[in-house]
Amino acid sequence: MANAFQDVFGGAAAIAKGMSVTFKEMLSPTVTENYPDEPPKLQERYRGVHVLQRDANGLEKCVACFLCAAACPSNCIYIEAAENTALVRISGGERYAKVYNIDYNRCIFCGYCVEACPTDAITHGHGFEVASYNTCTLVKRKEDMLAPAGAGPPVMTA
Amino acid sequence: MGDTGVPGVTVLEDDQAQSGPRRMLLNMGPQHPSTHGVLRLAVELDGEIIVKCQPDIGYLHTGIEKEFEVKTYQQAVTLTDRVDYLAPLSNNLGYCLAVEKLLGLEIPPQAQWMRVMLTELTRLNSHLVWLGTHALDIGAMSVFLYCFREREDILRIFEMFSGQRMMTSYFRIGGLALEPPRGWHRRVGTFIGGFPSKVEEYEDLLTNNRIWTGRTKGVSVLSLEDMLDLGVTGPMLRAAGLKTDARKDEPYTGYEKFDFEVPTRTESDVYARYLVRVEEMRQSARIVRQAMDGMPAGPWKAADQHVVLPDREKMKTQMEALIYHFKIVTEGFRVPEGEVYQVVESPRGELGFYVVSDGTAKPYRVHMRTPSFGNLQATSKMVEGTLIADAIASIGSMDFVLGDVDR
Repeated sequence: MANAFQDVFGGAAAIAKGMSVTFKEMLSPTVTENYPDEPPKLQERYRGVHVLQRDANGLEKCVACFLCAAACPSNCIYIEAAENTALVRISGGERYAKVYNIDYNRCIFCGYCVEACPTDAITHGHGFEVASYNTCTLVKRKEDMLAPAGAGPPVMTA
Repeated sequence: MGDTGVPGVTVLEDDQAQSGPRRMLLNMGPQHPSTHGVLRLAVELDGEIIVKCQPDIGYLHTGIEKEFEVKTYQQAVTLTDRVDYLAPLSNNLGYCLAVEKLLGLEIPPQAQWMRVMLTELTRLNSHLVWLGTHALDIGAMSVFLYCFREREDILRIFEMFSGQRMMTSYFRIGGLALEPPRGWHRRVGTFIGGFPSKVEEYEDLLTNNRIWTGRTKGVSVLSLEDMLDLGVTGPMLRAAGLKTDARKDEPYTGYEKFDFEVPTRTESDVYARYLVRVEEMRQSARIVRQAMDGMPAGPWKAADQHVVLPDREKMKTQMEALIYHFKIVTEGFRVPEGEVYQVVESPRGELGFYVVSDGTAKPYRVHMRTPSFGNLQATSKMVEGTLIADAIASIGSMDFVLGDVDR
């Protein structure tokens, strides 16, 4: 009898304790983010869709050294290099990337390319909304990733 | 007898069940929400009692061990994240320590302490997911929401350090991937200051709750001998009374300098496993606090110029550093011939990395002894003879990740 009483009383006390936690949480501020109605709060180092940066003169920083392609664990970077000429100057170095594709079907956003780049040309931006119904659209070309023309500080989204 | 496609499991058809009660084959999974991934259980039922249970694994096999052989040592770190995706940094650590052992690299103190701090945060992260989903399976909804709120804070800390919430790849061979970010101390301090009271909240909600104890006490008991025979490790083994923890038994990356307890219980039921993991969360919080307060200053990566990428400033100003940068990125580094086995205590148990090198820049073979695979072996023995509803509690208490099982 005493045992049954303890069972009922103890059970009710535990429920009351649990409900007090729930009640306390009801009054505490909410932590839910209103994505997509509000932009998500990303950290500075967030690794999103790549951005190809330009230097202070508005020239492309990429000199087509292929280090990013070599560092990539998923082989998703494809580059074709070409020489700058006196008439056509694309990058600050001798060569520039005529074609620079990243296949976002394969990219794992590990940041190895950014780490490898000796000229800080490739960086991770904060864009992440790359979902698509068609995988063909996920092969991004240089033009898709290049920072807008015009001198300025490094940008986070192309 | 009807063939079910699972070796050893057959179902009696209705009119053939002449003697004894009717049996039914129930397919749990691979999409069943309480299997936490793609585990399929072929369960033979007699009423509500499980007569036979056969786990069927392999739905998440991705060939990661083979994949290691075509990546350079440093590139392969990204693969380890994807094995046990709830504890990526524990996997990073195990693999890096194994390769560093082969290389004979000396890791500077700050990198070591940072590794301890972040792997303990990973343990918290993993245990929070476990507690939330396990409670949700049994019917306690609010615990799930609170656990994931705290987990979000930990993932933000990971994002702050590495740039990614889950696939961090933050530990590299030779130290860390990036310098610890500005303001990490305050961020981690805020989180860990408030965390112990949150654990109290989870305990208030569950520990004495009549429904919780009713669903967990005395459920899926397995003796210590059986567990040892089946290769079970981690919190499950500690809940059966064996005080074993790789952090204490074979300290690595400086764990011997930290003061913490290894909680054990003797009941070996679902409730005991719950109590052990909750206490582990408190102990992990203690370790994080110690690591944070005693964080040594100094470099965060090793000084070996043949293995570790040079500082970016040096790489841009010094020719020699630039040459090493190009060499390491394009060719990787050669690891001396030999084989090594490194054990770390992942949130799920004993995680071992067996790395064989043939002297080239890519591993000859990497084998993982993953804790989830060992723990899963106990499924049949644990659930046979119990009610089907208790199987859900048993599976939850094992805390396996199918990526870790199949890899």
